[in-house]
Amino acid sequence: MAEQSSRSEHEPGALAKADNLTKTFGSFTAVADASLDVRTGEIVGLLGANGAGKTTLLRMLLGLLRPTSGAVALFGTPPSRRERRRLGYVPQGLGLYTDLTVAENVRFSAEAFGVDDIALPDSLQAISGRLVGEIGLGRQRQLAFACALGHRPELLVLDEPTSGVDALARARLWDTIHDQAESGVGVLVTTHYMQEAQQCDRLVIMALGRVVATGTVADIVGDAKAVEVRTDDWAGAFTALDDAGLPVTLAGRRVRVAETSPDDVRRALAGIEASVDEVPATLEETMLAISRSA
Amino acid sequence: MTFGARHITVDFGGVTALHDVSLDVPAGAVTAVVGGDGAGKSTLLRCLVGRIVAQHGEVERPPKRQVGYMSSSSGTWRDLSVDENVAFVAGVYGAKPRPDLLERAGLASVGHRLAGQLSGGMRQKLGFVLAMQHNPELVVLDEPSTGVDPVSRVELWRMIAGAAAGGTAVVMSTTYLDEAERASSLLVLDAGRAVLAGPPDEVVAHTPGRIVEVGKPGDPARAWRRGRVFHEWLPDESPAGTPDLEDAIIVEMLGG
Repeated sequence: MAEQSSRSEHEPGALAKADNLTKTFGSFTAVADASLDVRTGEIVGLLGANGAGKTTLLRMLLGLLRPTSGAVALFGTPPSRRERRRLGYVPQGLGLYTDLTVAENVRFSAEAFGVDDIALPDSLQAISGRLVGEIGLGRQRQLAFACALGHRPELLVLDEPTSGVDALARARLWDTIHDQAESGVGVLVTTHYMQEAQQCDRLVIMALGRVVATGTVADIVGDAKAVEVRTDDWAGAFTALDDAGLPVTLAGRRVRVAETSPDDVRRALAGIEASVDEVPATLEETMLAISRSA
Repeated sequence: MTFGARHITVDFGGVTALHDVSLDVPAGAVTAVVGGDGAGKSTLLRCLVGRIVAQHGEVERPPKRQVGYMSSSSGTWRDLSVDENVAFVAGVYGAKPRPDLLERAGLASVGHRLAGQLSGGMRQKLGFVLAMQHNPELVVLDEPSTGVDPVSRVELWRMIAGAAAGGTAVVMSTTYLDEAERASSLLVLDAGRAVLAGPPDEVVAHTPGRIVEVGKPGDPARAWRRGRVFHEWLPDESPAGTPDLEDAIIVEMLGG
């Protein structure tokens, strides 16, 4: 219970704070001068390509890896096992025991964290006697959330929290995440998907070990533009733009081109009849542009 | 030419994996099959390539030599090099290896590396290159982008769209709606049943009722989060505003 009372005593501000962290492995710099913080009640999304340094940064933040230089504070002190007890973690692989029942997994989690009981939503209560390996992935994710929240953590770390579930189950998981944030929990989410990134209050984008952008989705996208091409001959347009080496993507029956002016797009279309309009860039287009220029 | 499945039902020992599902896969377009884990996406794709035979309904596909398939585990041989993977698959089909595809995938410079040592994104791209080696009329991709980072995913999509632009009938599955939105047409599956189908724009346009953005929902069961605000579905109001694909699918699953 000491953990719970400390929540209100907690100094306002950062639950987790990384200042100018660098991590080198031999001659390879995995993270270079990266800073990040997660404050009470906020949802921070950590984005970046594989190899951008997200996992290394996260491991240093949790005290699982010692930085080469820079400072880390978890709940105001250098991270140790004691501090890690105050956080909840849902790995992408969920970390459940598939050969145990729902109820047994819950009991295991409760004992590991030294809490009496973990409340289950009705949908899981109804299947508490079933083996975890036999329930659907949506329910497994719900259970992993319940287990991670059972000891009332102050900081939640979620790795691709809604990977593999349907739209409604994803919405319900995000309801849970937002409810936690609104009750004061800080949340750090790593994801590859923009739909999840857009649920976050603030994003931190990494590329090549560095933090290359931070802010809300609106801050990051800013007034970046893309070009949208509407034509009856999307295949011809796509091929022409692709052959011209432009960063072209498909969007339903339209074609989009990032980081290119409408005039350059018209030129590359070489006479294919199309309407060419400048439109606001998407988060994905902006993030790729930032990553490429890093 | 349009391939696809007509009213297929698949039973696995009393469990219905697919119930009366139809899907059109036209040449020269990307068709997406969307749903959560266990919705029936893989079963439908495996019916299309002939690995599962449906109890009811019909499947139309080109001759087997004209079908490319990338399983959800990428279908690469981890103990073979990139070049060996390509040579092997091309050999099986009696086709000439296509260096252009490797080049496009950015894999030409790592031809000697074992597939097992590639990053997830590179391995998925190799899986796609293998599925396209024999220049098939129909290519079936089971969650090609799962676990792939955003940079590699855009490259993968560029290859997928390029195949469709070249006239191939492409069908791919995904659990992510931002990805499904890129396809010309999509089919949403839930628990083995077709929930919604059509071009993304039309699916969204047919959302029944009205969706409003609110700070606090009147009925939490009909609301879902969008960042710090909620979207709430008002089934009895006339349509207004611009719902997106996520809204449309959630409304349908809520009983729209």
